[in-house]
Amino acid sequence: MTTTLDRPAPTPSNPPPLQKAKQKLVVIGNGMAPGRALEKLFEQAPDAYDVTIFNAEPRVNYDRIMLSPVLSGEKTFEQIVIHGDGWYVKHGVTLYKGATVTQIDRSARTVTTARGVTVPYDKLLVATGSLPIVIPVPGHGLAGVLTYRDLDDVQAMLIAAKSRGTAVVIGGGLLGLEAAVGLREQGMDVTVVHLAPTLMERQLDSPAGHLLQRAIEQRGIKVLTKANTKAILGEKKVEAVLLEDGTRLVADLVVMAVGIRPNAQLAKDAGIIVNRGIVVDQSMRTSDHDIYAVGECAESHGQVFGLVAPLYDMAGVIAAQLAGDRDAAFKPMAVATKLKVTGINLFSAGDFAEGKDRQEIVLRDAARGVYKRLVIMGDKLVGTVLYGDTTDGAWFFDFIKKGTSIAELRETLIFGPSYAGGAPLDPTAAVAALPDEAEICGCNGVCKGKIVVAINSLGLKTLDDVRVHTKASASCGSCTGLVEQLLKVRLGEAYNPAAVQALCGCTSYGHDDVRRLIVAKGVKTIPGLMQALEWRTSCGCAKCRPALNYYLLCAWPGEYEDDSQSRFINERVHANIQKDGTYSVVPRMWGGMTSAKELRAIADVVEKFNIPAVKCTGGQRIDMLGVKKEDLPGVWADLNKAGLVSGAAYGKALRTVKTCVGSEWCRFGTQDSTGLGVKLEKFLWGSWTPAKLKLAVSGCPRNCAEATCKDIGIVCVESGYDIHFAGAAGLDIKGTELLGHVDTEAECVEVVAALTQLYREQGRYLERVYKWAKRVGYDTVRQQVMSDKARRRALYDRFVLSQRFTQKDPWAERVAGKDAHEFRPLADLRVLQAAE
Amino acid sequence: MSCYIDIGAIADIPLRGARVVKSAAGCIAVFRTAENEAFAVDDKCPHKGGPLSQGLVHDRSVTCPLHNWVIALDTGAAQGADEGKACTYPLKVENGRILLDCSALATTVA
Repeated sequence: MTTTLDRPAPTPSNPPPLQKAKQKLVVIGNGMAPGRALEKLFEQAPDAYDVTIFNAEPRVNYDRIMLSPVLSGEKTFEQIVIHGDGWYVKHGVTLYKGATVTQIDRSARTVTTARGVTVPYDKLLVATGSLPIVIPVPGHGLAGVLTYRDLDDVQAMLIAAKSRGTAVVIGGGLLGLEAAVGLREQGMDVTVVHLAPTLMERQLDSPAGHLLQRAIEQRGIKVLTKANTKAILGEKKVEAVLLEDGTRLVADLVVMAVGIRPNAQLAKDAGIIVNRGIVVDQSMRTSDHDIYAVGECAESHGQVFGLVAPLYDMAGVIAAQLAGDRDAAFKPMAVATKLKVTGINLFSAGDFAEGKDRQEIVLRDAARGVYKRLVIMGDKLVGTVLYGDTTDGAWFFDFIKKGTSIAELRETLIFGPSYAGGAPLDPTAAVAALPDEAEICGCNGVCKGKIVVAINSLGLKTLDDVRVHTKASASCGSCTGLVEQLLKVRLGEAYNPAAVQALCGCTSYGHDDVRRLIVAKGVKTIPGLMQALEWRTSCGCAKCRPALNYYLLCAWPGEYEDDSQSRFINERVHANIQKDGTYSVVPRMWGGMTSAKELRAIADVVEKFNIPAVKCTGGQRIDMLGVKKEDLPGVWADLNKAGLVSGAAYGKALRTVKTCVGSEWCRFGTQDSTGLGVKLEKFLWGSWTPAKLKLAVSGCPRNCAEATCKDIGIVCVESGYDIHFAGAAGLDIKGTELLGHVDTEAECVEVVAALTQLYREQGRYLERVYKWAKRVGYDTVRQQVMSDKARRRALYDRFVLSQRFTQKDPWAERVAGKDAHEFRPLADLRVLQAAE
Repeated sequence: MSCYIDIGAIADIPLRGARVVKSAAGCIAVFRTAENEAFAVDDKCPHKGGPLSQGLVHDRSVTCPLHNWVIALDTGAAQGADEGKACTYPLKVENGRILLDCSALATTVA
């Protein structure tokens, strides 16, 4: 704040320039288009406006394109937030969440919300978006009939999908198909009902539409084309969909995804000129000079827009206009479409209708499922449809946008830029051949040149770096491959994202290779393994040895002899080393329950061994800190006498099972959460895992045991047990994912054991459950321990087998004399020296 | 002048392990490598004083249990990017017995 000190004190006759009242900018709507407009505005003129946003949705700005991955479970809402709450604070924006503006008073220059809040504006930006079209067939208002537009719709679908029932999606366009695939991923039985003869007929020609239909059907989704919905049937809620031809489709859920229309009513009521959308000129102004419109509600050059690229262009123009650039103008450009369904590659751009003046070049490769079609008018490329292999999409799109002559390339055009007289195909040749202006990221309008300059000048090395600095591939992510190829072209061998990370400097094998080879080669000792896999060091290092010890232990239960010298000191002496070389001791308290006898034993031990500190842990146990190493066996012996055993608080192993008091005591408890926690802990204790494993059981959804941030968490409900996994509350904070629901306690124990075993077999050493699950995919885990019952049983059996050899209290073993050398000095020269 | 004290049998130390010898000058960690060599190093990491005897022994080095510094057993020097040196003590192994040179100890005490 030194600037204010340098300035003379403000007086009425000499007002400092900064005190000039800022203009008030009010934004109605908080979608992607106004979000982008503000982002650009703050870059160009950070202090020009006081900004107020009214958002009818009760949340911050998120990436609407990514709703489909949220529906299919590949992403969470948190992952698709564009501007978190902090962004609004940082830019001094007042954000009203869940506030619908009901009136614009142009003469008073104010807007008013449904709750009666009135705010004045100097400039107003209308970004009311669009509304889903609801076909007015009988029954469209029944419960269970949804549209697909915002997060509330997705959440409603996710709740409906829990029933694993039957869904009918009306509309086989982009949104409808994404909804259908998402619901299918959630386990529903899905039928798509589409009016036209082929799917996505606005973006695809009919051959590509058929290929797409086949791919969709291969995912277990039924597709009915030329199907017209006559009525939705049901008493109170939807029960079936009736088609014009008499077909009756049973349905627990109906999703209407037949299109959108601009939401322009508010503007219309205010007397602003509205055609299909709010009419704007090329500076994005409406018929009122101080009111702008942006996004799906706006109509420009007689067109309305639904894809993100032109909407972001509009946003850029508005930001420039608001920042004072009167020349900024919006011109609609050709747009390309991609389908965001994992595993289906589809690209279309331009105009690909047939016509007398048009010629086409088609390439089909049935075996690879590839279809490519180029539509040519004169010597120009005007449209393209690519299915199966979309690598050259950006290259073709560049020709379409620029209208470059293709006369000389025509014969080989369809093979793409990498075709060079039979030379071997270099996967990066296509992107290397692109001109600098070629668009790579359609969502954010980032061209190749911008990415290359960023890679070179900022020394970017990773995909994430590029995303942070250029935003390329940071929205829908479908151009990720292109961005990676650009990195590869610029950095050469230095960029190799697919390379397996070596376990450590002693080997070039990665964790998974090592585990596979342990089993394949039947290796059962660390030296044997190092020999077989040609370790570069004579006996490994502190990084690989504990990992190998764990992998061997997990692969050969009962056979492998644990190598204590390959364990970190804590696991070797079954206590936690502290900064001064003393240890801390934590006995197990099953499910967090204890007794007078145990507490008395702990008190006695603390006094007898002069233990300096006693503390309650976060896992509902008691920690004795500052125990001398030589005292450990004595401490353990006394604790053992009261029935207390090692809590493994030091291990990459089962730690705690935290519980609440559940139905035993709590008036809200639905099940005996304490009892279940104790059962789980007694079943799982002693098992070694890739990293520490923490559980919790809550007796009701109030979740007092905080189960939803644990590696495995159980939330009891009236109907049984919701099993969660992959939470974190340490270095990272992450809520759990729902694994599934079971009805009985026995089934719950089986699922938890199977999940633990799957993690033991697949987790990399030191990789916590949430990282493992993210790496292998939450759905893969669900599939293996919930859907596939035989597999679950096999995992459970392997876990039980492994437990047979590990459930021995390590403290009792050491009290009985095991590893005695650990706790005694080799020699005490002090006596000798004193004698001298 | 060197004077050797018998501090124990090398077999009393686990392979790739260590035991502690207490002295008036503080604890000394006596290591036994996979190759059956023995080394004596101050049981204090040059970084934050961690007990090296509790570390993981690999080749001719030990990784400190507190913050993973790697210390060379023959020189006591920190490896890699870290800088620091732990005091080492001469010893010899004869007939399976470890003989520690106590003249070095005496100097340390003095």
